[in-house]
Formats: sequence, C-alpha cells, structure tokens
Amino acid sequence: MSTPTLQGHGHSSALDAAEAGAAHLITVTLRVRRFNPEVSADAEWVDYRIPIDPKERVLDALHKVKWEIDGTLTFRRSCAHGVCGSDAMRINGRNRLACKTLIKDINPEKPITIEPIKGLTVLKDLVVDMDPFFQAYRDVMPFLITKGNEPTRERLQSAEDRARFDDTTKCILCAACTSSCPVYWNDGQYFGPAAIVNAHRFIFDSRDEGGEQRLEILNDKDGVWRCRTTFNCTDACPRGIEVTKAIAEVKRALITRRY
Amino acid sequence: MSTDVSDAVELTGSSVAPYSPDNPAPVIEPPRARTKRTPRSSRTNFELYGWLFMRLSGVVLVVLVIGHLLIQLVLDGGVQKVGFAFVAGRWSSPFWQFWDLAMLWLAMLHGGNGLRTVINDYAEQANTRVWLKTLLFTAVAFTIALGSLVIFTFDPNIR
Repeated sequence: MSTPTLQGHGHSSALDAAEAGAAHLITVTLRVRRFNPEVSADAEWVDYRIPIDPKERVLDALHKVKWEIDGTLTFRRSCAHGVCGSDAMRINGRNRLACKTLIKDINPEKPITIEPIKGLTVLKDLVVDMDPFFQAYRDVMPFLITKGNEPTRERLQSAEDRARFDDTTKCILCAACTSSCPVYWNDGQYFGPAAIVNAHRFIFDSRDEGGEQRLEILNDKDGVWRCRTTFNCTDACPRGIEVTKAIAEVKRALITRRY
Repeated sequence: MSTDVSDAVELTGSSVAPYSPDNPAPVIEPPRARTKRTPRSSRTNFELYGWLFMRLSGVVLVVLVIGHLLIQLVLDGGVQKVGFAFVAGRWSSPFWQFWDLAMLWLAMLHGGNGLRTVINDYAEQANTRVWLKTLLFTAVAFTIALGSLVIFTFDPNIR
C-alpha cells in the first residue's frame, strides 16, 4: 500500500503521535515462571524487559512478549475481558486474571512475577491441567434437577428467591479460588471452593429440587468440612464473590437442613 | 529449532530415563479421577458432627480452661499454693471432679480432632497419614484413660 500523502514532510503527524505516545511508556520487567517438559524437568524464572503503557493490563504485557520477543511463551486466554475465566494466574504471588490486572496497580517498579496457578499440574509455562478442577465441578451436578412434568411455561421465581443465590451465579470457573486454597494445594481430593460455590448456586435456587443430593455429596469427608475458612478464595475471586460466606451457608444448610 | 529430531524426549536436569514411544512416561491419575483405590463415599455425618463438636467444645473449653488457670495460677496466692493438699482438697468436691473430668475429655478430644485435621491436610502419603493418626489416637486414648482413672480413684490418704 502506498502512502503518498505522508512522504516528503520529514516529520509526519502519525510519527508525532507515536512519539508523543511513547513518552509515557515505562519499562517493566516481567518475571515469568517458565516450564517446558520437552526441554527440562525443572521450571525456571525468565525475565522479559518490555516498554509498556502502565494503564495496560498484564495480559497485554504477556501478548507483547509472545508476539514480539518469544513466541514459545504459552498461556491461556480467550475473551481477554474478564468473562471467560481462561487467564487466571499467580501475579505477584496473588491469583488474579491477567486481563483484569492493570500494570500500574501492581507496582511496575519491581519485577512483576507471573506463575501458573498452584495445586494443578503444570503442562507448559502458565498452562495447567484443569481436569481435576472440572471433575470436582461435575461432581456437584451443576444443572437444574426437578421432579414431575415439565411446565409448559417458564419456571417462575420471585425477585427475593433469585437474590438468594445471586452472588454465586457470577462464577466464571477461572479456578483462582480453588488454586488459592491451601487445603486444595496439599490434597486434590477436596472439592475446592469453586465446586462448592456452584453447588450453592443450585442448592439455594427455589426452582431446583436436587439440593438434598448435592448436600449429601458435599457432606462427604472431602466436602465442605475440609474448609478451614482462611478466606484465600474470597480474596482471590476476580468477580468479588463472597466464596467463604457461600461455603459457610452450605455448612449451615447441612446442619439445619433448611435452604 | 534444533535439527537433530529424535523420538526420545530428553529430560535435562533429571535422572529419569528418557521417555519414548517404547518407554512411555507413567500415567499420572488426575486427583479426582475415580480409580479402584478411591475410597467409596462414606455417607455418614461423621465430619459434620466433628465440625460441630469443635465449635461447641471450644466455647465450653474457654470457660473451663480460663477458670482452671485463674484458680490454679492467679487467685489465692498463685501457683505457690498448689500442692498435694490443695489438689486433694479440691477433688473432695464432686463439682471440681466433674470440672476436671470435663476439661480432660473435651481438651483431649478437641485437640485430638484438631490434630487429625492437621494430619489430613498436611500428610501427603497414605502411609504417613495412617501412622501419624495411629500415634495420635493411641496418645489421646492413653491420656484420657489415665486421667479419668486418677480422677475417679484418687485417694487423699495415700502415703
């Protein structure tokens, strides 16, 4: 494509804009925990120094590394706007979504450490095996269970009944909570906060009739009673779900059998 | 990209033999996979009652232990007064016998159950878990039995 109008001006307006834009770029160091089982059995920290706008997100920084410096860097992301839950990772020691974390909010003067989430097997770089996580999710039967004939119209529900489980409908299954739970780190048999949150979403739904079954599943020795209320899950949740509160409500429902 | 493409994947930095199609890496079972060794769901309320017991006994223990410490260490001249005669005097009353017995049982069961959950949380191998729990349950049973024996058969005239 030819750009005749921009030639012969010495300094084009487009270049001016680019230079003005470059003025507020800062140089940050991304310290990424990299692992490639085909190269080494050990993971290692690799530093990448990149110029970036502090108002950009960690995901943009990772993209810059992958697209411009090292194409072998592997991480999951899909929607890149905090909805799909693919890019949960441990940034500066805390579980966050890379697409919702701004560079300026995590002290860009120091190296920004980026690790895969803990408690799940690392497959490569920042990609972990999510199978155990989704197995626990499937085990609590996260779907509507009803008895009798299907109504010809929609299943109606009052606004109060809907509000009862509104908080736990926000879950995007990013695994930030489950992989921040110290009980889950040691023993993957524990259901983990995310599975309990999604059980809570149906247990407290007035339209659902499988609450008894779900409570029985979570009453098991690896169920809600393994929760030590450390609140790591509540701190980690990128959607602001009160995870520990939801777990406590399931515990109370198990004791009182009222839900 | 390197040019010497071979079938075997070299794992540098590990002493394990290189894996290849003929010598595949061992299959790692995902933690929640249902295998033959997975214990069946227990369908009991044991953990529920354990959790409730911890809360209730904790509240009772606060009263029992703080009362005990006050009597033994603070009131009436502090720890200096505690001797055979002091203990004999207190245990002549069924109230203090019951107090100490309740404190012994609740503290041992509360602490024992707490340690059981710690072992469940931190011991990584099934064998370690079994051995630590055996040790724990033996110690708890022995202490409760010995303490109860002393409280019930205490003889103030022993010489």
